[in-house]
Amino acid sequence: MNKTIITVVGKDAVGIIAKVCTYLADNQVNVEDISQTIVQGYFNMMMIVDTSRSSKPYAGMVAELDDLGDEIGVKIRCQREDIFTKMHRI
Amino acid sequence: MVTILEVNETNKMIEQEKLDVRTITLGISLLDCCDADLDALNRNIYDKITRLAKDLVSTGREIELEYGIPIVNKRISVTPIALVGGRACRSPEDFVEVAKTLDKAARDTGVNFLGGYSAIVSKGMTPTDEALIRSIPAALSSTERVCSSVNIGSTKTGINMDAVKLMGEIVRETAEATKENNSLGCTKLVVFCNAPDDNPFMAGAFHGVSEGDAVINVGVSGPGVIKNALEGVRGENFEVLCETVKRTAFKVTRAGQLVAQEASERLGIPFGIVDLSLAPTPSVGDSVAGILEEMGLESAGAPGTTAALALLNDQVKKGGIMASSFVGGLSGAFIPVSEDRGMIDAVNRGALTLEKLEAMTCVCSVGLDMIAIPGDTSASTISGIIADEAAIGMINHKTTAVRLIPVIGKDVGDTVEFGGLLGYAPVQQVNRFGCADFINRGGRIPAPIHSFKN
Repeated sequence: MNKTIITVVGKDAVGIIAKVCTYLADNQVNVEDISQTIVQGYFNMMMIVDTSRSSKPYAGMVAELDDLGDEIGVKIRCQREDIFTKMHRI
Repeated sequence: MVTILEVNETNKMIEQEKLDVRTITLGISLLDCCDADLDALNRNIYDKITRLAKDLVSTGREIELEYGIPIVNKRISVTPIALVGGRACRSPEDFVEVAKTLDKAARDTGVNFLGGYSAIVSKGMTPTDEALIRSIPAALSSTERVCSSVNIGSTKTGINMDAVKLMGEIVRETAEATKENNSLGCTKLVVFCNAPDDNPFMAGAFHGVSEGDAVINVGVSGPGVIKNALEGVRGENFEVLCETVKRTAFKVTRAGQLVAQEASERLGIPFGIVDLSLAPTPSVGDSVAGILEEMGLESAGAPGTTAALALLNDQVKKGGIMASSFVGGLSGAFIPVSEDRGMIDAVNRGALTLEKLEAMTCVCSVGLDMIAIPGDTSASTISGIIADEAAIGMINHKTTAVRLIPVIGKDVGDTVEFGGLLGYAPVQQVNRFGCADFINRGGRIPAPIHSFKN
Protein backbone atom coordinates (compact mmCIF):
# COMPACT_ATOMS: atom_id res chain seq x y z
CA MET A 1 0.00 0.00 0.00
CA ASN A 2 1.10 3.56 -0.60
CA LYS A 3 2.45 4.78 2.73
CA THR A 4 3.27 8.30 3.78
CA ILE A 5 6.21 9.51 5.82
CA ILE A 6 5.70 12.41 8.18
CA THR A 7 8.81 14.05 9.60
CA VAL A 8 8.87 16.56 12.40
CA VAL A 9 12.05 18.49 13.06
CA GLY A 10 12.59 21.41 15.41
CA LYS A 11 13.22 22.63 18.91
CA ASP A 12 11.92 20.23 21.53
CA ALA A 13 8.78 21.28 23.40
CA VAL A 14 5.98 19.72 25.42
CA GLY A 15 3.20 18.10 23.41
CA ILE A 16 4.64 17.92 19.89
CA ILE A 17 3.70 14.26 19.36
CA ALA A 18 0.31 14.79 20.98
CA LYS A 19 -0.58 17.64 18.67
CA VAL A 20 0.54 15.85 15.52
CA CYS A 21 -1.24 12.63 16.54
CA THR A 22 -4.43 14.50 17.39
CA TYR A 23 -4.46 16.02 13.91
CA LEU A 24 -3.88 12.61 12.33
CA ALA A 25 -6.60 10.94 14.44
CA ASP A 26 -9.08 13.69 13.55
CA ASN A 27 -8.42 12.96 9.88
CA GLN A 28 -8.57 9.12 10.09
CA VAL A 29 -4.88 8.73 9.39
CA ASN A 30 -3.46 5.59 10.97
CA VAL A 31 0.02 5.73 12.52
CA GLU A 32 1.93 2.50 11.88
CA ASP A 33 5.37 3.31 13.21
CA ILE A 34 7.11 6.11 15.07
CA SER A 35 10.81 6.62 15.61
CA GLN A 36 12.11 9.64 17.39
CA THR A 37 15.38 11.05 18.69
CA ILE A 38 16.52 14.23 20.34
CA VAL A 39 19.91 15.51 19.20
CA GLN A 40 21.30 18.50 21.09
CA GLY A 41 17.86 19.69 22.14
CA TYR A 42 16.45 19.24 18.64
CA PHE A 43 13.44 17.05 18.20
CA ASN A 44 13.54 14.69 15.23
CA MET A 45 10.63 12.35 14.57
CA MET A 46 9.58 10.14 11.71
CA MET A 47 6.16 8.52 11.42
CA ILE A 48 5.02 5.97 8.88
CA VAL A 49 1.30 6.49 8.35
CA ASP A 50 -1.49 5.11 6.22
CA THR A 51 -3.75 7.75 4.69
CA SER A 52 -5.97 5.40 2.70
CA ARG A 53 -8.97 5.83 5.03
CA SER A 54 -8.70 9.58 5.22
CA SER A 55 -11.07 11.65 3.12
CA LYS A 56 -8.75 14.63 3.16
CA PRO A 57 -7.06 15.40 -0.18
CA TYR A 58 -3.31 14.85 -0.03
CA ALA A 59 -2.46 18.45 -0.88
CA GLY A 60 -4.75 19.67 1.91
CA MET A 61 -3.01 17.47 4.45
CA VAL A 62 0.43 18.66 3.37
CA ALA A 63 -0.66 22.27 3.77
CA GLU A 64 -2.44 21.78 7.11
CA LEU A 65 0.48 19.88 8.63
CA ASP A 66 2.76 22.65 7.48
CA ASP A 67 0.50 25.19 9.23
CA LEU A 68 0.39 23.02 12.35
CA GLY A 69 4.19 22.97 12.33
CA ASP A 70 4.29 26.76 12.21
CA GLU A 71 1.92 26.86 15.17
CA ILE A 72 4.07 24.51 17.30
CA GLY A 73 7.34 25.99 16.06
CA VAL A 74 8.63 22.90 14.23
CA LYS A 75 8.95 21.88 10.59
CA ILE A 76 6.49 19.16 9.56
CA ARG A 77 6.86 17.47 6.19
CA CYS A 78 4.49 14.96 4.70
CA GLN A 79 5.80 12.95 1.72
CA ARG A 80 4.89 9.73 -0.04
CA GLU A 81 7.15 6.89 1.05
CA ASP A 82 8.28 6.02 -2.50
CA ILE A 83 10.73 8.91 -2.71
CA PHE A 84 12.73 7.33 0.12
CA THR A 85 12.44 3.65 -0.81
CA LYS A 86 13.30 4.30 -4.46
CA MET A 87 16.35 6.28 -3.47
CA HIS A 88 17.73 3.97 -0.80
CA ARG A 89 16.64 0.48 -1.88
CA ILE A 90 17.61 -1.41 -5.02
CA MET B 1 11.03 -0.24 5.95
CA VAL B 2 12.80 3.07 5.49
CA THR B 3 14.79 4.35 8.45
CA ILE B 4 14.90 7.78 9.99
CA LEU B 5 18.49 8.14 8.76
CA GLU B 6 17.50 7.53 5.16
CA VAL B 7 14.58 9.90 5.41
CA ASN B 8 16.81 12.59 6.87
CA GLU B 9 19.45 12.03 4.19
CA THR B 10 16.92 12.53 1.39
CA ASN B 11 15.39 15.59 3.00
CA LYS B 12 18.82 17.08 3.62
CA MET B 13 19.61 16.62 -0.09
CA ILE B 14 16.43 18.46 -0.97
CA GLU B 15 16.54 21.22 1.64
CA GLN B 16 20.23 22.00 2.01
CA GLU B 17 21.92 20.60 -1.09
CA LYS B 18 19.35 21.77 -3.63
CA LEU B 19 18.42 18.38 -5.07
CA ASP B 20 15.66 18.98 -7.54
CA VAL B 21 13.99 17.66 -10.60
CA ARG B 22 15.09 20.31 -13.04
CA THR B 23 12.44 19.69 -15.63
CA ILE B 24 9.54 17.56 -16.71
CA THR B 25 9.54 17.98 -20.46
CA LEU B 26 6.59 16.84 -22.52
CA GLY B 27 7.70 15.91 -26.03
CA ILE B 28 4.96 16.36 -28.63
CA SER B 29 5.05 15.26 -32.25
CA LEU B 30 3.61 17.91 -34.55
CA LEU B 31 4.00 15.86 -37.73
CA ASP B 32 0.24 15.30 -37.90
CA CYS B 33 -0.33 19.08 -37.78
CA CYS B 34 1.14 19.69 -41.25
CA ASP B 35 -1.06 21.62 -43.63
CA ALA B 36 -0.51 23.63 -46.81
CA ASP B 37 -2.40 26.56 -45.30
CA LEU B 38 -0.49 28.63 -42.74
CA ASP B 39 -3.53 29.51 -40.64
CA ALA B 40 -4.63 25.87 -40.51
CA LEU B 41 -1.12 24.81 -39.56
CA ASN B 42 -1.00 27.33 -36.73
CA ARG B 43 -4.41 26.25 -35.50
CA ASN B 44 -3.45 22.56 -35.59
CA ILE B 45 -0.23 23.23 -33.69
CA TYR B 46 -1.91 25.34 -31.03
CA ASP B 47 -4.73 22.85 -30.53
CA LYS B 48 -2.47 19.82 -30.25
CA ILE B 49 -0.04 21.41 -27.79
CA THR B 50 -2.72 22.88 -25.55
CA ARG B 51 -4.69 19.63 -25.60
CA LEU B 52 -1.79 17.37 -24.62
CA ALA B 53 -0.12 19.78 -22.21
CA LYS B 54 -3.15 21.20 -20.47
CA ASP B 55 -2.47 19.31 -17.22
CA LEU B 56 1.33 19.33 -17.40
CA VAL B 57 1.96 22.20 -15.01
CA SER B 58 -0.72 21.23 -12.47
CA THR B 59 0.44 17.58 -12.49
CA GLY B 60 4.01 18.72 -11.93
CA ARG B 61 2.89 20.79 -8.93
CA GLU B 62 0.90 17.88 -7.54
CA ILE B 63 3.90 15.54 -7.67
CA GLU B 64 6.13 18.20 -6.18
CA LEU B 65 3.78 18.58 -3.26
CA GLU B 66 3.23 14.89 -2.59
CA TYR B 67 6.87 13.86 -2.71
CA GLY B 68 8.29 17.04 -1.29
CA ILE B 69 10.84 17.41 -4.09
CA PRO B 70 10.96 20.64 -6.12
CA ILE B 71 10.20 20.33 -9.83
CA VAL B 72 11.70 23.55 -11.07
CA ASN B 73 10.49 23.66 -14.66
CA LYS B 74 7.70 22.21 -16.72
CA ARG B 75 8.47 22.42 -20.41
CA ILE B 76 7.47 21.28 -23.86
CA SER B 77 9.53 20.11 -26.81
CA VAL B 78 8.12 19.69 -30.29
CA THR B 79 9.09 18.19 -33.64
CA PRO B 80 11.67 20.37 -35.42
CA ILE B 81 9.53 23.10 -36.94
CA ALA B 82 11.44 23.04 -40.25
CA LEU B 83 9.83 19.62 -40.83
CA VAL B 84 6.37 20.68 -39.72
CA GLY B 85 6.18 24.02 -41.50
CA GLY B 86 7.53 22.85 -44.84
CA ARG B 87 4.29 22.90 -46.81
CA ALA B 88 2.83 26.09 -45.39
CA CYS B 89 5.83 28.34 -44.83
CA ARG B 90 7.21 29.89 -47.97
CA SER B 91 9.34 32.55 -46.36
CA PRO B 92 11.12 33.27 -43.08
CA GLU B 93 8.21 35.58 -42.17
CA ASP B 94 5.79 32.64 -42.40
CA PHE B 95 7.95 30.71 -39.94
CA VAL B 96 7.90 33.63 -37.50
CA GLU B 97 4.10 33.27 -37.40
CA VAL B 98 4.56 29.64 -36.32
CA ALA B 99 7.01 30.80 -33.62
CA LYS B 100 4.35 33.18 -32.31
CA THR B 101 1.82 30.35 -32.21
CA LEU B 102 4.28 28.21 -30.23
CA ASP B 103 4.87 31.11 -27.85
CA LYS B 104 1.14 31.52 -27.28
CA ALA B 105 0.70 27.79 -26.70
CA ALA B 106 3.56 27.86 -24.19
CA ARG B 107 2.06 30.81 -22.35
CA ASP B 108 -1.42 29.32 -22.27
CA THR B 109 -0.21 25.98 -20.91
CA GLY B 110 1.94 27.75 -18.31
CA VAL B 111 5.33 26.28 -19.31
CA ASN B 112 8.33 28.59 -19.17
CA PHE B 113 10.08 27.33 -22.31
CA LEU B 114 9.12 25.46 -25.45
CA GLY B 115 11.90 23.96 -27.57
CA GLY B 116 11.89 22.71 -31.12
CA TYR B 117 12.08 25.79 -33.29
CA SER B 118 14.73 23.75 -34.98
CA ALA B 119 16.24 22.42 -38.16
CA ILE B 120 18.35 19.30 -38.64
CA VAL B 121 20.83 20.14 -41.38
CA SER B 122 23.78 17.93 -40.53
CA LYS B 123 24.38 17.01 -44.18
CA GLY B 124 22.40 19.43 -46.29
CA MET B 125 19.80 22.17 -46.08
CA THR B 126 16.45 22.16 -47.87
CA PRO B 127 15.01 25.56 -48.84
CA THR B 128 12.59 25.14 -45.93
CA ASP B 129 15.41 24.46 -43.48
CA GLU B 130 17.14 27.57 -44.68
CA ALA B 131 13.99 29.68 -44.39
CA LEU B 132 13.55 28.53 -40.80
CA ILE B 133 17.16 29.25 -39.93
CA ARG B 134 16.94 32.71 -41.49
CA SER B 135 13.80 33.40 -39.45
CA ILE B 136 15.51 32.64 -36.10
CA PRO B 137 16.58 36.23 -35.26
CA ALA B 138 13.06 37.56 -35.85
CA ALA B 139 11.45 34.55 -34.13
CA LEU B 140 13.55 34.83 -30.99
CA SER B 141 13.17 38.60 -30.76
CA SER B 142 9.39 38.49 -31.14
CA THR B 143 8.69 35.62 -28.75
CA GLU B 144 9.40 35.07 -25.08
CA ARG B 145 9.41 31.32 -24.45
CA VAL B 146 10.41 29.73 -27.74
CA CYS B 147 13.84 28.06 -27.91
CA SER B 148 15.67 27.27 -31.08
CA SER B 149 18.36 24.80 -32.07
CA VAL B 150 20.09 23.79 -35.27
CA ASN B 151 22.01 20.56 -35.74
CA ILE B 152 24.84 21.25 -38.17
CA GLY B 153 26.78 18.00 -38.05
CA SER B 154 27.03 14.43 -36.83
CA THR B 155 29.51 11.59 -36.66
CA LYS B 156 27.55 9.80 -39.38
CA THR B 157 27.23 12.71 -41.80
CA GLY B 158 30.19 14.97 -41.17
CA ILE B 159 29.81 18.73 -40.74
CA ASN B 160 27.70 20.92 -42.97
CA MET B 161 30.05 23.90 -43.28
CA ASP B 162 27.52 25.98 -45.24
CA ALA B 163 25.23 25.71 -42.22
CA VAL B 164 28.13 26.50 -39.88
CA LYS B 165 28.81 29.68 -41.85
CA LEU B 166 25.15 30.62 -41.84
CA MET B 167 24.81 29.99 -38.11
CA GLY B 168 27.68 32.35 -37.31
CA GLU B 169 25.69 35.06 -39.07
CA ILE B 170 22.42 34.03 -37.43
CA VAL B 171 23.92 34.14 -33.93
CA ARG B 172 25.15 37.67 -34.65
CA GLU B 173 21.82 38.76 -36.12
CA THR B 174 19.97 37.33 -33.12
CA ALA B 175 22.28 39.28 -30.83
CA GLU B 176 21.56 42.45 -32.80
CA ALA B 177 17.81 41.80 -32.83
CA THR B 178 17.76 41.53 -29.04
CA LYS B 179 20.49 44.07 -28.21
CA GLU B 180 18.13 46.16 -26.03
CA ASN B 181 18.01 43.14 -23.76
CA ASN B 182 21.70 42.16 -23.48
CA SER B 183 21.35 40.05 -26.64
CA LEU B 184 19.13 37.69 -24.66
CA GLY B 185 17.89 35.97 -27.84
CA CYS B 186 21.20 34.10 -28.08
CA THR B 187 20.55 32.39 -24.72
CA LYS B 188 17.69 30.59 -26.48
CA LEU B 189 19.70 29.43 -29.50
CA VAL B 190 21.88 26.30 -29.54
CA VAL B 191 24.02 25.02 -32.41
CA PHE B 192 24.49 21.25 -32.11
CA CYS B 193 26.58 18.43 -33.46
CA ASN B 194 25.08 14.96 -32.76
CA ALA B 195 21.93 16.42 -31.16
CA PRO B 196 19.94 13.76 -29.26
CA ASP B 197 16.24 13.26 -30.06
CA ASP B 198 15.15 13.04 -26.44
CA ASN B 199 16.94 15.83 -24.59
CA PRO B 200 14.62 17.41 -22.01
CA PHE B 201 16.90 20.37 -21.26
CA MET B 202 16.53 23.80 -22.82
CA ALA B 203 17.42 25.57 -24.94
CA GLY B 204 18.33 22.53 -27.06
CA ALA B 205 15.28 20.32 -26.50
CA PHE B 206 13.29 19.11 -29.49
CA HIS B 207 11.08 16.08 -30.07
CA GLY B 208 12.98 13.99 -32.60
CA VAL B 209 11.36 12.15 -35.48
CA SER B 210 12.38 8.82 -33.93
CA GLU B 211 10.01 9.51 -31.03
CA GLY B 212 6.33 8.58 -30.62
CA ASP B 213 3.35 10.91 -30.58
CA ALA B 214 4.02 12.20 -27.06
CA VAL B 215 6.53 11.33 -24.40
CA ILE B 216 7.56 12.41 -20.89
CA ASN B 217 11.26 13.02 -20.38
CA VAL B 218 12.64 14.12 -17.05
CA GLY B 219 15.85 15.94 -16.26
CA VAL B 220 17.28 15.65 -12.76
CA SER B 221 20.00 17.76 -11.31
CA GLY B 222 21.97 18.00 -8.10
CA PRO B 223 25.52 19.38 -8.24
CA GLY B 224 25.15 20.40 -4.59
CA VAL B 225 24.39 16.83 -3.54
CA ILE B 226 27.53 15.50 -5.26
CA LYS B 227 29.69 18.27 -3.81
CA ASN B 228 28.38 17.59 -0.34
CA ALA B 229 29.03 13.85 -0.65
CA LEU B 230 32.59 14.59 -1.77
CA GLU B 231 33.19 16.76 1.26
CA GLY B 232 32.96 13.56 3.26
CA VAL B 233 35.84 11.87 1.37
CA ARG B 234 38.46 14.64 1.29
CA GLY B 235 41.98 13.27 0.80
CA GLU B 236 40.77 9.78 -0.12
CA ASN B 237 42.05 8.12 -3.34
CA PHE B 238 40.36 8.16 -6.74
CA GLU B 239 38.62 4.84 -6.22
CA VAL B 240 36.79 6.23 -3.22
CA LEU B 241 36.13 9.50 -5.03
CA CYS B 242 34.60 7.73 -8.06
CA GLU B 243 32.55 5.37 -5.94
CA THR B 244 31.11 8.31 -3.99
CA VAL B 245 30.06 10.18 -7.15
CA LYS B 246 28.52 7.02 -8.58
CA ARG B 247 26.51 6.18 -5.47
CA THR B 248 25.21 9.71 -5.17
CA ALA B 249 24.31 9.89 -8.88
CA PHE B 250 22.39 6.63 -8.42
CA LYS B 251 20.25 8.12 -5.66
CA VAL B 252 19.57 11.31 -7.56
CA THR B 253 18.54 9.41 -10.70
CA ARG B 254 16.18 7.19 -8.73
CA ALA B 255 14.31 10.28 -7.57
CA GLY B 256 14.07 11.40 -11.21
CA GLN B 257 12.88 7.99 -12.33
CA LEU B 258 10.11 8.05 -9.73
CA VAL B 259 8.94 11.51 -10.78
CA ALA B 260 9.07 10.50 -14.45
CA GLN B 261 6.95 7.41 -13.86
CA GLU B 262 4.42 9.29 -11.74
CA ALA B 263 4.12 12.07 -14.31
CA SER B 264 3.76 9.55 -17.11
CA GLU B 265 1.03 7.63 -15.27
CA ARG B 266 -0.93 10.70 -14.20
CA LEU B 267 -0.82 12.34 -17.62
CA GLY B 268 -1.42 9.10 -19.50
CA ILE B 269 1.64 9.75 -21.68
CA PRO B 270 4.45 7.19 -22.08
CA PHE B 271 7.70 7.64 -20.17
CA GLY B 272 10.75 8.22 -22.36
CA ILE B 273 13.99 8.76 -20.53
CA VAL B 274 15.60 10.21 -17.45
CA ASP B 275 18.40 12.63 -18.21
CA LEU B 276 20.76 12.82 -15.29
CA SER B 277 22.64 16.00 -15.89
CA LEU B 278 24.39 18.01 -13.25
CA ALA B 279 22.84 21.30 -14.25
CA PRO B 280 24.15 24.15 -12.15
CA THR B 281 22.26 27.31 -11.20
CA PRO B 282 23.67 30.66 -10.14
CA SER B 283 22.68 30.08 -6.51
CA VAL B 284 25.33 29.27 -3.92
CA GLY B 285 26.05 25.55 -3.52
CA ASP B 286 24.59 24.51 -6.88
CA SER B 287 27.78 24.60 -8.91
CA VAL B 288 29.65 22.06 -11.07
CA ALA B 289 32.81 24.15 -10.67
CA GLY B 290 32.31 23.68 -6.92
CA ILE B 291 32.53 19.88 -7.38
CA LEU B 292 35.76 20.17 -9.38
CA GLU B 293 37.24 22.40 -6.69
CA GLU B 294 36.10 20.00 -3.98
CA MET B 295 38.07 17.28 -5.79
CA GLY B 296 41.22 19.27 -5.11
CA LEU B 297 41.58 22.03 -7.69
CA GLU B 298 42.37 25.52 -6.49
CA SER B 299 39.99 26.87 -9.11
CA ALA B 300 37.98 25.47 -12.00
CA GLY B 301 40.23 25.93 -15.03
CA ALA B 302 43.44 24.95 -13.22
CA PRO B 303 45.53 22.09 -14.66
CA GLY B 304 43.69 18.88 -13.80
CA THR B 305 40.26 20.39 -14.58
CA THR B 306 39.69 18.30 -17.72
CA ALA B 307 40.60 15.08 -15.90
CA ALA B 308 38.37 15.97 -12.96
CA LEU B 309 35.46 16.74 -15.28
CA ALA B 310 36.01 13.53 -17.28
CA LEU B 311 35.89 11.50 -14.11
CA LEU B 312 32.79 13.32 -12.89
CA ASN B 313 30.94 12.95 -16.19
CA ASP B 314 31.70 9.25 -16.45
CA GLN B 315 30.80 8.37 -12.87
CA VAL B 316 27.56 10.31 -13.11
CA LYS B 317 26.62 8.25 -16.18
CA LYS B 318 27.58 4.98 -14.47
CA GLY B 319 25.52 5.73 -11.37
CA GLY B 320 22.61 6.93 -13.48
CA ILE B 321 22.56 3.91 -15.78
CA MET B 322 22.31 1.56 -12.81
CA ALA B 323 19.37 3.55 -11.46
CA SER B 324 17.14 3.74 -14.52
CA SER B 325 16.65 1.42 -17.47
CA PHE B 326 16.13 4.39 -19.75
CA VAL B 327 18.81 6.98 -19.33
CA GLY B 328 19.07 9.30 -22.28
CA GLY B 329 19.26 12.89 -23.40
CA LEU B 330 22.58 14.46 -22.55
CA SER B 331 23.29 12.85 -19.14
CA GLY B 332 26.54 14.03 -17.59
CA ALA B 333 27.79 17.37 -16.34
CA PHE B 334 26.87 20.72 -17.88
CA ILE B 335 29.44 23.48 -17.80
CA PRO B 336 27.52 26.65 -18.63
CA VAL B 337 29.42 29.72 -17.51
CA SER B 338 26.68 32.22 -16.68
CA GLU B 339 24.56 29.65 -14.85
CA ASP B 340 27.30 28.49 -12.49
CA ARG B 341 28.65 30.81 -9.82
CA GLY B 342 31.88 28.81 -9.49
CA MET B 343 32.53 29.10 -13.25
CA ILE B 344 31.85 32.85 -13.17
CA ASP B 345 34.29 33.26 -10.27
CA ALA B 346 36.89 31.15 -12.12
CA VAL B 347 36.58 33.38 -15.22
CA ASN B 348 36.80 36.53 -13.10
CA ARG B 349 39.95 35.40 -11.34
CA GLY B 350 41.57 34.59 -14.69
CA ALA B 351 41.65 30.83 -14.18
CA LEU B 352 39.20 29.83 -16.90
CA THR B 353 39.59 30.83 -20.54
CA LEU B 354 37.52 30.03 -23.61
CA GLU B 355 40.26 27.65 -24.79
CA LYS B 356 40.21 25.71 -21.51
CA LEU B 357 36.43 25.55 -21.72
CA GLU B 358 36.78 24.07 -25.20
CA ALA B 359 39.10 21.38 -23.86
CA MET B 360 36.56 20.64 -21.12
CA THR B 361 33.83 20.14 -23.70
CA CYS B 362 35.69 17.08 -24.98
CA VAL B 363 34.70 15.31 -21.79
CA CYS B 364 31.57 17.08 -20.50
CA SER B 365 28.07 16.22 -21.62
CA VAL B 366 27.49 19.12 -23.99
CA GLY B 367 29.64 22.05 -25.04
CA LEU B 368 30.48 25.75 -24.93
CA ASP B 369 27.45 26.96 -23.07
CA MET B 370 26.19 30.36 -21.99
CA ILE B 371 29.41 32.20 -22.69
CA ALA B 372 29.28 35.95 -23.21
CA ILE B 373 31.74 37.22 -25.80
CA PRO B 374 32.47 40.75 -27.08
CA GLY B 375 29.66 42.26 -29.17
CA ASP B 376 32.01 43.04 -32.03
CA THR B 377 33.06 39.39 -32.54
CA SER B 378 32.70 38.66 -36.26
CA ALA B 379 30.28 36.12 -37.71
CA SER B 380 33.16 34.12 -39.18
CA THR B 381 34.88 33.88 -35.78
CA ILE B 382 31.64 32.59 -34.25
CA SER B 383 31.40 30.09 -37.13
CA GLY B 384 35.00 29.05 -36.44
CA ILE B 385 34.17 28.35 -32.80
CA ILE B 386 31.08 26.39 -33.89
CA ALA B 387 33.19 24.37 -36.36
CA ASP B 388 35.78 23.54 -33.67
CA GLU B 389 33.11 22.40 -31.28
CA ALA B 390 31.31 20.35 -33.96
CA ALA B 391 34.61 18.69 -34.90
CA ILE B 392 35.09 17.60 -31.27
CA GLY B 393 31.61 16.10 -31.29
CA MET B 394 31.95 14.45 -34.69
CA ILE B 395 35.30 12.80 -34.00
CA ASN B 396 34.46 11.73 -30.45
CA HIS B 397 30.94 10.38 -31.11
CA LYS B 398 29.43 12.77 -28.61
CA THR B 399 26.95 15.60 -28.48
CA THR B 400 28.56 19.01 -28.56
CA ALA B 401 26.88 22.38 -28.72
CA VAL B 402 27.59 26.05 -28.83
CA ARG B 403 25.51 28.69 -27.08
CA LEU B 404 27.50 31.90 -27.33
CA ILE B 405 26.15 35.36 -26.61
CA PRO B 406 27.96 38.11 -28.50
CA VAL B 407 26.62 40.90 -26.31
CA ILE B 408 26.17 43.96 -28.52
CA GLY B 409 27.85 47.01 -27.03
CA LYS B 410 29.79 45.02 -24.41
CA ASP B 411 33.46 44.11 -24.27
CA VAL B 412 35.92 42.13 -22.16
CA GLY B 413 35.71 43.40 -18.58
CA ASP B 414 31.95 43.99 -18.67
CA THR B 415 29.49 41.74 -16.88
CA VAL B 416 26.11 40.92 -18.39
CA GLU B 417 22.98 40.01 -16.46
CA PHE B 418 20.53 37.59 -18.13
CA GLY B 419 18.24 37.07 -15.15
CA GLY B 420 16.82 34.05 -13.33
CA LEU B 421 18.27 30.62 -14.06
CA LEU B 422 20.24 32.09 -16.97
CA GLY B 423 22.42 34.00 -14.50
CA TYR B 424 25.11 36.54 -15.33
CA ALA B 425 28.41 36.35 -17.16
CA PRO B 426 31.65 38.24 -17.52
CA VAL B 427 32.37 38.94 -21.20
CA GLN B 428 35.23 36.66 -22.19
CA GLN B 429 38.16 37.21 -24.47
CA VAL B 430 37.96 35.56 -27.90
CA ASN B 431 41.02 34.78 -30.02
CA ARG B 432 41.40 37.78 -32.35
CA PHE B 433 43.01 36.00 -35.30
CA GLY B 434 40.70 35.49 -38.27
CA CYS B 435 39.34 32.32 -39.92
CA ALA B 436 37.11 33.89 -42.60
CA ASP B 437 38.88 32.24 -45.54
CA PHE B 438 38.44 28.83 -43.92
CA ILE B 439 34.74 29.38 -43.17
CA ASN B 440 34.00 30.87 -46.61
CA ARG B 441 35.17 27.77 -48.49
CA GLY B 442 31.68 26.27 -48.38
CA GLY B 443 30.62 22.65 -48.66
CA ARG B 444 30.96 19.83 -46.17
CA ILE B 445 33.58 18.23 -43.98
CA PRO B 446 33.21 14.48 -44.69
CA ALA B 447 32.27 12.01 -41.97
CA PRO B 448 35.27 10.56 -40.11
CA ILE B 449 36.69 7.16 -41.00
CA HIS B 450 35.47 5.52 -37.79
CA SER B 451 31.85 6.34 -38.64
CA PHE B 452 31.80 3.64 -41.34
CA LYS B 453 30.63 0.69 -39.34
CA ASN B 454 28.25 -0.94 -41.79
